[in-house]
Amino acid sequence: MQFPLAGALTATQQRSRAWLTQLRIQARRPGDLLFRSLIILFVVTVIGVVVGVAWVLLSSSLPTIRTFGLNFLRYNAFDPVHNLYGVSPAIFGTLVTSAIALILALPIGIGTAIFLVDFCPRRLRAPIAFLVDALAAIPSVVIGLWGFLVFAPWLQHTGEPWLQQHFGFLPFFQGQPQGVGLLAAGLILTFMILPIITAITREVMLVVPVSQREAMLALGATRWEVIRYAVLPFARVGIAGAAILGLGRALGETIAVTLVIGNQAAPPSASLFNTGYTLASVIANQFGEATPGLFISAVMEAGLILLILTLITNIFARLLVARLGHGRVRKVVI
Amino acid sequence: MFGRTFAIRSLTSKALLGAVLASTVAIAACSGTSSAGNGGNTCPSTNTLTGAGSTFDQPLFSKMFEQYPNVKCGAQVSYSPVGSGTGISQLLAGTVDFGATDAPMSDTQLSQSTNGPIVHIPVTLGAVAITYNLSQVPASTQLKFTGPLIADIYLGTVKFWDDPAITQLNPGVTLPHEAIAVVHRSDGSGTTGIFTHYLSAISPTWQSQVGAANTVNWPVGVGAKGNAGVAAQVKSTAGSIGYNELAYVLTNSIQYGVVQNAAGNYVAPSLDSAKAAAANVTQIPDDLRFYIVNAPGTDSYPISGFSWVIVYKNQKDADKGQAIANLVWWMIHDGQQYSTPLSYVPLPSTIVTKGEAQVKSLTCGSSACYKG
Repeated sequence: MQFPLAGALTATQQRSRAWLTQLRIQARRPGDLLFRSLIILFVVTVIGVVVGVAWVLLSSSLPTIRTFGLNFLRYNAFDPVHNLYGVSPAIFGTLVTSAIALILALPIGIGTAIFLVDFCPRRLRAPIAFLVDALAAIPSVVIGLWGFLVFAPWLQHTGEPWLQQHFGFLPFFQGQPQGVGLLAAGLILTFMILPIITAITREVMLVVPVSQREAMLALGATRWEVIRYAVLPFARVGIAGAAILGLGRALGETIAVTLVIGNQAAPPSASLFNTGYTLASVIANQFGEATPGLFISAVMEAGLILLILTLITNIFARLLVARLGHGRVRKVVI
Repeated sequence: MFGRTFAIRSLTSKALLGAVLASTVAIAACSGTSSAGNGGNTCPSTNTLTGAGSTFDQPLFSKMFEQYPNVKCGAQVSYSPVGSGTGISQLLAGTVDFGATDAPMSDTQLSQSTNGPIVHIPVTLGAVAITYNLSQVPASTQLKFTGPLIADIYLGTVKFWDDPAITQLNPGVTLPHEAIAVVHRSDGSGTTGIFTHYLSAISPTWQSQVGAANTVNWPVGVGAKGNAGVAAQVKSTAGSIGYNELAYVLTNSIQYGVVQNAAGNYVAPSLDSAKAAAANVTQIPDDLRFYIVNAPGTDSYPISGFSWVIVYKNQKDADKGQAIANLVWWMIHDGQQYSTPLSYVPLPSTIVTKGEAQVKSLTCGSSACYKG
């Protein structure tokens, strides 16, 4: 609320006047007051839910926090028989599958967006964009079942043996092809975050000013150069935002991953053929039969760690975006 | 259906008449202070009950509870198949009237009750079949397994199908030199509970290394979610072995083996062989918290187990307690007629008698909840 004569008054007077003005306005417009209270209530609700979830997770995981401390991050099994609980394979699996998904989905998503914005014949643009959006509309359990019943067996019999034959020297593609595993989960996640990344990238590329493209073309740039030097730098903050949203979905995706990841902690190795866990799949698998006591508490702590992991990656990604945003558009040398 | 309902009616009315007489005497004897004294001649006014727990029970329960409102003194029952563990938690939290679990509550869990003792009543039986995928074995042949062999396969010490431990049991069957792909449940499950209790009973190594519970730390294999998940994984992986709920193998085309029982016979899983296992158990503890794995008897299938309904012994709300007692009584008697069509094993009469005693032990205030 700006007061027009602010400069001529002391700070206290300013404040009290501003306050009085505000009161008068509010008195005149009860609708405003109502609206203000309403939106404040909404904000408090949102904050309340987040704090409430965090509080419940923290308070109900206290028993395992007290019993295991940091060892919870180190142990590799959920073993109610021997009362030992740990999530190290789950944290590993969560990070690895999300990384696979992001590494594969980013180039594919950005490429699709570039095609849709700059290369696609006008008639095809709407149908292709619609198909991409339709991919986002498929429920995750359907993608998961397809992954489990169709995709994983294909990986086992065709995909993984092929990878092994041609890239078997890499540590990622060693061991017995099993279909389900970290690779299958990473690829399923790729399919799931692809539409988010494509759709957002397309939108931010569409708002790049036409004048900027035309200026590049006038300078004699090729279409690739226009995209490389005029479009992508302009859109990179938006693309990074798309990647964050995609990563958020990949970290927390539950049922599709549970169906294809194999749910068995394998001995540590770099092979993506190995089965594994994610934090979300541990919760999905164990919650139903978790018995009161340490077991329930361990499941809750897995949830807490997933929340913390998501927060950390989000903060990290936001810092990255902030840096990208401040950076200048690189000078073009043609 | 109608005939049966009428039969119940006439039976109950006789019982009611008896109860009225009895309660009159009781009132006369203790000068009418008992609040539940006139409960015998009327149905409880509670007409909705809630339960939660075992997913294994769900198909049977949904059939039972669809019928129960039509029964005399019946009630609407809403059952949430949230898993045995959650069922126990919800009973302990007091959010449901009864729980259902595929594994009996442990002593630690029982000690967490703030509402007094909890009673276990077996309501149905499950059996676990050993499923596999070997195209080399003709569908007419069922591979033979022994308990120690299954334990060794799941421990990862027997790794190939042509291992002498398997070929010796199955002379005349050509087994390939193919790695055994072990499949187990990824989610906590009563099926896993029965399976691991069996392995623990039969293999000391298994008992010390892995142990028995609805969730265990599997030494080897791939975890698939749910019965259907294990079956699909077995079907899609050549050379795989898994374990499935009996109902599942009876209604789906999947290869499954015969297992050696305590008497030394190789028995196929079936409704009859599982029922035989339950009927042949000799040592039954009074609280009915027990596993019947590796049961004696020539026809017993060794990998079987109960599923229980769990309720508080001392019901605070007398009217609701009576409704709960009526429900459980009906489930272990007339409710059993729905077992066989749904591939569930009906309770043998010995277990029903034990269950009756448990239902009769429920107390509503100063008197028994069940007035039948």
